[in-house]
Amino acid sequence: MKFIDEYRDPVAAQRWLAAIHGLVTRPWTLMEVCGGQTHAILKYGIDELLPREVTLLHGPGCPVCVTPLEKIDRALALASRPNVIFCSFGDMLRVPGTDRDLLAVKAAGGDVRIVYSPLDALKVALENPDKQVVFFAVGFETTAPGNAMAVYQARRAGLENFSVLVSHVLVPPALEAILGSPSCRVQGFLAAGHVCAVMGYTEYLPIAARYKVPIVVTGFEPLDLLQGIYLSVKQLEEGRAEVENQYSRVVTKQGNRQAQSIVTEVFGIVDRAWRGIGVIPGSGLGLRDAYAGFDAERRFDLSEVGPRPEPAECIAGLVLQGLKKPHECDAFGRRCTPEHPLGATMVSSEGACAAYYRHRRVAAGQEGAR
Amino acid sequence: MSQAKDFAPSCPAPIAQYPQVLLAHGGGGRLMHQLIERVFLSAFSNPLLDTGHDAAVLEVGAARIAFTTDSYVVRPLFFPGGTIGTLAVNGTVNDLAMAGARPLALSAGFIIEEGLAVETLQRVVASMQAAAVEAGVAIVTGDTKVVDRGKGDGVFINTAGVGVVEHGLRIAPASVRAGDAVILSGDIGRHGMAIMAVREGLQFESAIESDCAPLSAPVLDLVSSGVDVHCLRDITRGGLASALNEIAGSAKVGMTIDERPVPVREDVRGACEILGFDPMYVANEGRFIVFAPEHQADRVVEVLRRHPVSGDACVIGRVTLERPGLVVVRSILGATRVLDMLSGEQLPRIC
Repeated sequence: MKFIDEYRDPVAAQRWLAAIHGLVTRPWTLMEVCGGQTHAILKYGIDELLPREVTLLHGPGCPVCVTPLEKIDRALALASRPNVIFCSFGDMLRVPGTDRDLLAVKAAGGDVRIVYSPLDALKVALENPDKQVVFFAVGFETTAPGNAMAVYQARRAGLENFSVLVSHVLVPPALEAILGSPSCRVQGFLAAGHVCAVMGYTEYLPIAARYKVPIVVTGFEPLDLLQGIYLSVKQLEEGRAEVENQYSRVVTKQGNRQAQSIVTEVFGIVDRAWRGIGVIPGSGLGLRDAYAGFDAERRFDLSEVGPRPEPAECIAGLVLQGLKKPHECDAFGRRCTPEHPLGATMVSSEGACAAYYRHRRVAAGQEGAR
Repeated sequence: MSQAKDFAPSCPAPIAQYPQVLLAHGGGGRLMHQLIERVFLSAFSNPLLDTGHDAAVLEVGAARIAFTTDSYVVRPLFFPGGTIGTLAVNGTVNDLAMAGARPLALSAGFIIEEGLAVETLQRVVASMQAAAVEAGVAIVTGDTKVVDRGKGDGVFINTAGVGVVEHGLRIAPASVRAGDAVILSGDIGRHGMAIMAVREGLQFESAIESDCAPLSAPVLDLVSSGVDVHCLRDITRGGLASALNEIAGSAKVGMTIDERPVPVREDVRGACEILGFDPMYVANEGRFIVFAPEHQADRVVEVLRRHPVSGDACVIGRVTLERPGLVVVRSILGATRVLDMLSGEQLPRIC
């Protein structure tokens, strides 16, 4: 298939692998930021083919995994209400709240619907004027423009039965939180290509300079990832710490200006709690005052859902910060599986634990903590 | 599942046993198998049921009779490449075929929702009759029930089938041996993506057609051509990955599968790429896998390719002694990973 096969070419992959092997002289630890990259790495077995010196850590870039428990519980409370149609992206349905998930709410009679775009949720609102339609607006900078557009259009149309439950997060503050941690092991980042397609990569320049880490904007196909790893390792070996763009067929330095402007119109920067990590200042997006009427948390009384502690056993927070690998958790694959997840990293198809469970269950157990 | 009780009360997650049935329990993945084991196998257990095969084979005097049943709840009722009626006939015919049986007769039970247009029902029934003729079976008994509006999706159909086993082979998961070749009958993922595209209103350049088809002809040809068929499995809900895992689990063997030769049509691949689906887990209604001794693999492929429905047959892997119960797949880059069974259905990804 055109635009797919050329980025999965086994012969070219071997060439890049050989180049990486030829480059490495000592151990390096890289982090791929995006959950989509984690899955591709494990699906194609790229981590297995790299030199032993190169360690990949799996970053916090899975929107399902970093949505805090309290927000999930609020979603469950809203979805359970009789007059509400709750719309969500598919993979949020299996994320456990305190005592159930959206799939269970649906089975108990809640009107929960999977949509492919927030604009579909808007359509549901138009078709059901006697119901309140709530869309679960989660994700990184990639989903923010679409979600912002839905709110913008709802306001223009004067739609009174549409609102959003917002848990938007931003990548750069998370990278700074990781780099600022005393136990940080990350020496270079593969930045999330699709986040940068929206935002460009100028905001990474000061991070690379301040923390002296190479940041390579990287795509999601096997050759993208291999090239991203090659460029990162090359910088590290040469003692450079720059921002490079591997994914230039999609990403420009300035990003998508129109997408940025709709995000800025609707959302402002807020402090945001990350599941397993805690509150990171300025790391999220919230509705601006002009759009506050579309905030589900203002429209509905959700006072029954208070602050929620994280489960004691789950190390998702450490996994999301790259401090632990999934199989280093005692519960991994035993008490915590995709059917009975302890934490969101085991739930989402992009979650690091789920990726390990599905693709590496045996290998991980055998090789120990590589 | 019982370990979940170990957790501290503060733990938010362990939905160890859903108190209600979820749609995901019908997705052909691990949740469905848990439900079957916990509720049905534990209640009904007997030697025939416990073989874990698509059809039970009963010995009646000197004859061996295959017997199976299946229910069909597809929405929409009509889709490119088939209808609920063609599925109801071919699905049950194929379950018989997977026991190596020649299908003889089907029953058809209809649960009809109040308000369904009679003309719609007639179209469904006409498609069933056409499928039955093509598969060489007659629908010889039936039943009709009507339920209140809102309590059914137009029409639900149950079919049961009987067939006769006319050979001495023991075609069942327990016959699978290390060293067997795994042969796939054709391209995968068409039925699931055809339904998905219609149901979700996804527009592609051309409609993806379901692969819904009867599989008796190639199977009976295989059996009569002297191939020592060890096991057959049609790959339906849960896709190729689930079928391989089911057999690996029942037969307590390992498998090594090569991803590269597995045929996937371009339009199916494209649709899967867009939705973030893996074709290995997408449903089929006219594909099956064959387990046979490796030295007969070429012969199996040759026989299957004589039939249009299995014209793209190819060897995709082999059965091993290592890692019983696990399916390992070799990626296009040459690395290996575990091909696990999904929990429920694949859910479209956020980004």
